[in-house]
Amino acid sequence: MQYEAVIGLEVHVQLKTKSKMFCGCATEFGGSPNTQVCPVCLGYPGVLPVMNEEAVSKTIRTGLMIGSKVAGFSKWDRKSYFYPDMPKNYQISQYDLPLCAEGAVEIKLDGGKTKAIGVTRAHLEEDVAKSTHFETTSGVDFNRAGVPLMEVVSEPDMRSPEEAFAYITALKEILVSGGISDCDMEKGQLRCDSNVSVRPIGQKEFGEKVEIKNMNTISGVRRALAYEIQRQTAALQKGEKVSQETRRWDDAAGRTFVMRTKEYAHDYRYFPDPDLMPVVVSEEMIAAARKLLPELPEAKRQRFIKQYGLPEYDAGVLVADTALAGYYEKAAVASKNPKAISNWVMTELLGKLSEAKRTIGECAIQPEHLTELVALVDGGQISGKIGKEVFAEMFDSGKSPGLIVKEKGLVQVSDTGALEGFVNEAIAKSPKSVADFKAGNEGAINFLKGQVMKLSKGKANPQLVGEILQRKLRGG
Amino acid sequence: MSLHTLTIHQLREKLRRGNVSAREATQSLLDRIQSVDGKLKAYLWLDAEDALAQADAIDRSGIAKNGKLLGGVPVAIKDVINVEGQPCTCASKILKGHTSVYDAFVVQRLREAGAILLGRTNMDEFAMGSSTENSSWGITHNPWDLERIPGGSSGGSAAAVAADEAFAALGSDTGGSIRQPASLCGCVGFKPTYGRVSRYGLVAFASSLDQVGPFTKDVADGALMLRVLAGHDPHDTTSVPQPVPDYTAGLGKGVKGLRIGLPKEYFIDGMDREVEAAVRAAIKKLQDLGAEIVEISLPHTDYAVAVYYLIATAEASANLARFDGVRYGARVTGEDVIDMYGKTRGAGFGPEVKRRIILGTYALSAGYHDAYYVRAQKVRTLIRQDFEKAFERCDVIVTPTSPEVAFRIGEKTDDPLKMYLCDIFTISVNLAGICGVSLPCGFTNDPRLPIGLQVLGKPFGEETVLGVAHAYEQATEWHKARPNL
Repeated sequence: MQYEAVIGLEVHVQLKTKSKMFCGCATEFGGSPNTQVCPVCLGYPGVLPVMNEEAVSKTIRTGLMIGSKVAGFSKWDRKSYFYPDMPKNYQISQYDLPLCAEGAVEIKLDGGKTKAIGVTRAHLEEDVAKSTHFETTSGVDFNRAGVPLMEVVSEPDMRSPEEAFAYITALKEILVSGGISDCDMEKGQLRCDSNVSVRPIGQKEFGEKVEIKNMNTISGVRRALAYEIQRQTAALQKGEKVSQETRRWDDAAGRTFVMRTKEYAHDYRYFPDPDLMPVVVSEEMIAAARKLLPELPEAKRQRFIKQYGLPEYDAGVLVADTALAGYYEKAAVASKNPKAISNWVMTELLGKLSEAKRTIGECAIQPEHLTELVALVDGGQISGKIGKEVFAEMFDSGKSPGLIVKEKGLVQVSDTGALEGFVNEAIAKSPKSVADFKAGNEGAINFLKGQVMKLSKGKANPQLVGEILQRKLRGG
Repeated sequence: MSLHTLTIHQLREKLRRGNVSAREATQSLLDRIQSVDGKLKAYLWLDAEDALAQADAIDRSGIAKNGKLLGGVPVAIKDVINVEGQPCTCASKILKGHTSVYDAFVVQRLREAGAILLGRTNMDEFAMGSSTENSSWGITHNPWDLERIPGGSSGGSAAAVAADEAFAALGSDTGGSIRQPASLCGCVGFKPTYGRVSRYGLVAFASSLDQVGPFTKDVADGALMLRVLAGHDPHDTTSVPQPVPDYTAGLGKGVKGLRIGLPKEYFIDGMDREVEAAVRAAIKKLQDLGAEIVEISLPHTDYAVAVYYLIATAEASANLARFDGVRYGARVTGEDVIDMYGKTRGAGFGPEVKRRIILGTYALSAGYHDAYYVRAQKVRTLIRQDFEKAFERCDVIVTPTSPEVAFRIGEKTDDPLKMYLCDIFTISVNLAGICGVSLPCGFTNDPRLPIGLQVLGKPFGEETVLGVAHAYEQATEWHKARPNL
């Protein structure tokens, strides 16, 4: 019998806000343990939460980007369970009235087809602390406790690990482009749990659902799902039952382990948090969020192709990285040759960045300097070859190309008097090539051209050199 | 004349004129506490040196002499409100040794007004109780009869003020925890409208019902204290940004033409006869002063106790979850973290607190949530609507504060239900979120025990409530009576 998988994902995203969800503590990653804490996020007796409006606004913006209905009235609920990483032993979350309901994320399938993955809801909550387990003790770092966390729950619309992979990738692209989150999985800014079941193809009902936790990378999600689908399919083929349970992915072992079975499911005892007023989302708030909406990646790709005359491939590479796309656009918009800008970015710039292990944000070259460089080459002031030399210097020093050309005296020589001198010298030094040319070997002229370039230290205008050589060899 | 017997406004007059210093006022209280608190046990913690140092600083700065509302006045604090650097145990073993790391909003307000933060008063553990017998640190005695309870949960604050061990004290009122002990000890206790005073720094029992308020020796002092405590706090989003009137200036307008509502459901069989007689006499007095009496109905009164014990315990079950031994307070080690939780909470909480956590957990559990918690919320709405309708026909409502006077220590400890019924006249007020005061209106004959009159007002109707209470107080002498210790 043939089986198919049914996959749903719960993605937790740390929002990019200056302060935590319910207090004023900083959210920055990487501080020494328990240095970004206060009585509120430590759950001291008597403290009260105050809602971070920026986090609400970013969640609304997310909802608009994925076509959700933004709730006019939303509220906060307490989700109770005991764990040392929970300062209050309840988490402030949203139960039955999330900020955003419904919506969809479009993914690309093989062969250029697309598929819409439904989003059930997106709600806001507070992150928990981070536990570290030592040999005989455990430590808890509360810096993370209270960081705004948005949970995006998908419909069970995915049918393969590849679709799940594509969904997370597409969602991440949307969230990064919208300035919602940096989505750095290594920093725990994006975390993912999955529900997966298998069923015989053709069957309408879902199979028993298994929840998988602890998938720490996007590729880990793909591996964990592939393993779990194979495990469940094998069980069904043997006539066994799949039991509803929560399993933990162990990436090193390459398999999942039972965490808890259905009988030990939590009763979270949700009830409205009496410390917080309900969230009333006004039309003005939605309009304000709409103003901050970025262009969605697919729309931007299409625009790049049209506006800058880029091939589809170039547009795809540039748009995949929001910061890179922004960089390109700054340089391209002021340039007469945006395609050339793309060439420089795609080959020289990305190569150099990867060599130096730097991100586009750490790039020393200002976008306007790249515009200037392309103008210098196109205008014939420097040759393409010199351009590469100048580019390398720009990458190291951050100086403008004009300044570098001036300092190093790299301006292309187009003065025919000076060029004739170089040509004469080359002809004098290479009688064999001259003879070859005259004997009908037209290709011999290239050697002479190269000699002239060498004599001019690369500054000779190659086109003029060619013309002078032709004239001299034929005429002479 | 001893300074400790003065009201705040009397003391402030002397301080302002420079007749006495903050140190002398503080020392007088400390002497009084030294002489009587061994019998009463109203205070859990007191640092005389620190109190005198605060007083000296105030004397040096001249704050006592200028117009600050509480300049140089020592105030006692219920052990459930955070004062930075002072212990805050909520009378619970689970917070033994815990020191506050920040000031509650109301404490900041007291400091800004020039008050001296004197000491911590006893209470029922986590404010759960009506007799202060649930304290982990021992019983507080009623100053009128040491064999009897002072009421609760703010019993320490009420006894301290009634026995001249404090000029004023802060309490918290979730279902009557300020008004009932004020009634049983013979002082004035004010429960403000929900949202009138910030809860930031008040250790939560039931967040949608809790409110901080003052105990004072008379109504004028209550108005003064309320003016200091009230106001919007950005750290408490349930506090309301509404201007705070000058409650003191609003006093003295009398009750002429005011309509006073008497809820027929509150004058019931089973009420102590002397209590009923005293309250009826008080109503007559208000009528003589020019008020109009109207009968009103609060038809859902019978459900108030049940609704309260579902909502308050549900909220408490989550509020008290943070006491787990991980970050602060007492910890009993265990084999693993779950074992540590169980042992810490098992040893740290007293029986009444455990009873309420279990009750609240049950009310919120899957399968019971709708039948208990959700239904209780619906009835709570009906109770609030009862008051809204009643206040269409009257300006204030007058009732007994408690159906009976102070009972004997141990008399009700075996019967939680009987204990819960002590709050039958006060609980609805918290469910409706309105304001109210209890003030002395008489005594029983033998033994001589105080009786309290409750005056209730509309949301943010504090001025009217204080006005009625003040008019009654001006026309009577009850508030001047002092226990013989």
